[in-house]
Amino acid sequence: MQFLNSNKMSVDFIGKRRLFMMISAIAILIGIASLVVRGGLNYGIDFAGGTMVQVRFAKAVKSDSVRQALAGIDMGSASIQQFEGDAAHEFLIRVEKSKSGLVGLSDEIKMVLDRDFGAENVDIRRVEMVGPKVGKDLRRQGMLAILYALIGILIYVTVRFELRFALGAIVALAHDVMITVGVFALLDKEFSLPILAALLAIVGYSLNDTIVVYDRIRENMKGGGKANFVNIVNTSINQTLSRTILTSLTTVLVLISLFVLGGGVIHDFAFAMIVGVMVGTYSSIFIASPVVISMQPKKK
Amino acid sequence: MIKSVKLRLAIVLATIVLALIYLFPTMGGSVPDWWGKIFPTEKIHLGLDLQGGIHLLMEVDVEKAMHASTDRMTASVQRILLEEKIKVSEVTQGETGTIKFILEDANALEPLQTFLEERFPIWNHMSTQGSLVLYRVSEKEKQRIEKLALDQAVETMRNRIDQFGVAEPEIRVQANNRILVQLPGVKDTRRAINLIGKTALLEFKLVNDQFDPAKISAAELGDNLEVLYEQTRDPETNAIVSKRPYVLEKKSLMTGEYIANANVRFNSQFGEPYVSLEFNSQGAKLFDQITAASVKRRLAIILDNNVYSAPVIQERISGGQAQVSGRFTAKEAHDLAIVLRAGALPAPIRILEQRTVGPSLGRDSIRNGFISMVVGFLLVVVFMVVYYRLSGLVANLALVLNLLFIMSILALAQATLTLPGIAGIVLTIGMAVDANVLIFERIREELHFGKTPRAGLDSGYGKAFLTIMDANITTLIAAIVLYQYGTGPIKGFAVTLSVGIISSLYTAIFVTRLVFDMVAERHPLKKLSI
Repeated sequence: MQFLNSNKMSVDFIGKRRLFMMISAIAILIGIASLVVRGGLNYGIDFAGGTMVQVRFAKAVKSDSVRQALAGIDMGSASIQQFEGDAAHEFLIRVEKSKSGLVGLSDEIKMVLDRDFGAENVDIRRVEMVGPKVGKDLRRQGMLAILYALIGILIYVTVRFELRFALGAIVALAHDVMITVGVFALLDKEFSLPILAALLAIVGYSLNDTIVVYDRIRENMKGGGKANFVNIVNTSINQTLSRTILTSLTTVLVLISLFVLGGGVIHDFAFAMIVGVMVGTYSSIFIASPVVISMQPKKK
Repeated sequence: MIKSVKLRLAIVLATIVLALIYLFPTMGGSVPDWWGKIFPTEKIHLGLDLQGGIHLLMEVDVEKAMHASTDRMTASVQRILLEEKIKVSEVTQGETGTIKFILEDANALEPLQTFLEERFPIWNHMSTQGSLVLYRVSEKEKQRIEKLALDQAVETMRNRIDQFGVAEPEIRVQANNRILVQLPGVKDTRRAINLIGKTALLEFKLVNDQFDPAKISAAELGDNLEVLYEQTRDPETNAIVSKRPYVLEKKSLMTGEYIANANVRFNSQFGEPYVSLEFNSQGAKLFDQITAASVKRRLAIILDNNVYSAPVIQERISGGQAQVSGRFTAKEAHDLAIVLRAGALPAPIRILEQRTVGPSLGRDSIRNGFISMVVGFLLVVVFMVVYYRLSGLVANLALVLNLLFIMSILALAQATLTLPGIAGIVLTIGMAVDANVLIFERIREELHFGKTPRAGLDSGYGKAFLTIMDANITTLIAAIVLYQYGTGPIKGFAVTLSVGIISSLYTAIFVTRLVFDMVAERHPLKKLSI
């Protein structure tokens, strides 16, 4: 079976590069605009600080009565979210504040839930408390992690290829990260530590695709002799196209399995990865190599 | 590349056997005795998010430790100044880490300075304004005190946790006076946090019965008296039910540092639990003196500024024994005995981060992770066979071996498997076939140019090899950065992703090539099923 025969493909990707760059620029702008409109990312408690309690009740409970139970606690703004599907008696309670004492807000929450619904009906499945200081640290570390990954990649690709290739790769990666973050801003999805991990995995993954194309360009340049650089790049993208799409396909297949079956914690992580892998595949084809061409020194 | 097919086959079989040996303890519920004598018995560690447990990041309030330490130093400076007859009317701690001297007359300044330089070089002169002289503790000494407090806190916590009985706890010092504690499998979070984080400073102070604690004014309290409360908490809700005030003499006569042993006992009359204390010989002597000097007065027993009881001293107590009673549950008394035995923390702690996963969620996560792994695996396997036919089957064999190697490397390296770690493995399944996709696509191209199957295989593998290396090393860079900066479960993702990348290189290139070569050796390849 074969979807695309790489020996017969000859789509003019480079000729239409302005169009694709426009599309990407618009996508990035939409992301930035939603960031501005929403006043920044919807940071989860990992980065913003706060307390989160995941609780399962033995019987059906309305989210209003959970809210009522919590009314007496001084905890800042709270969100109460009910899990979907068969775990219908399960709630995620997120509050803005956190306490550094031995008796935390989560203990207070448990107390009032025990009081209102009976201790035997309340199963506290998960508690996360992140103080404001740690949240700030994690945010800074996260930024640094992405920055260092990009620098490490820039160095490696420069050594193995050339600087202009490395710059093309970095532009493509920054593009992927910005669009994925933009999607999170647009959908107002929570941005947490696992999402940050997903971003780094996306960086690695998307680069993987880009490198395969670059490698082919390098190979064709050796053999090509007089051939025009633009043509070489275009041919290389065409030759690797079926592989690029196949690998993304298998990766997206497993990610869909994670997204659907992996459970609550993994759900958003898989979502970020799916977005990132698709954007990464797109950028490896339409962005990374065209950028290298734009940086090609102009010959007389 | 090694030419001999037999040698390569031997290598592959050997690695498979090795992997199975390392994986066996994790797979088989229990290993037979003889196994442990020859082979490793370590199982794959499950992270807190999978087996349930508590992750705590705490900060030691070193400022308080500094204050307490300066207080002690101030007292000893004062005592020696008195002996040396240097005319200083007041020696007190000013801001934390500074001592304030008030001179009786200006002539005392020089002897004071010489005395401090000789006897207490850790004190640096700050300023002199008339009769007011300020000294500050040196930066080096300050750091020493802070480090000592941190080390002591870790030691005490370790002691408490050991006595509480947690399997494989992890206690680590981190930057900025922070301590990370991970307790796998602990179910009662509140109890565990109380046990670890309680300062547990036990003090004995005399009750002053001349004043009515409800009415005493700040002026009457002065510098030497204080009001502390006996709080009774509802055992169910932990809410304070009643508060009874006491007027106490501020000076603590004795602290918990002299405790040699502490045990739970039950009151013979009502069967209520209490904690009986045994002092060491020094403590017994001190307690004897204290009780002898204050017969018929009330002696308050105070833990972390809460009065537990204040019995009247009926007679001098020389046996070196005391008891802490209050309204305890048996569990509370048990935990209190532990913290008193293990000693007080040198300073209070604050909880900066807490992550707790209950065992039921951990089980669900393992199940969900496993199911999504199996489904993801099946999707890829079916796709590969449909798309590449027999060659796809070879790639699938590599995929199975890849999973085997990932798991056995995790067992071998004693790595911790977390939920994001499982996600990393699932992701690896999708990405590991990439190497084979690259190779197969290349072979198809070569065949298209009219090469023979044999030559197509050779150049396909040859040309794809460098590409695969470059592509995977860059992903590895991202994974390593993630490992450096990730915390807890996220680290697990970085681990499985890195291990998966490395092992996929072996299975997707080395193993599949071997399979093709073995087939080619027996039947001359006329056509490649790819």
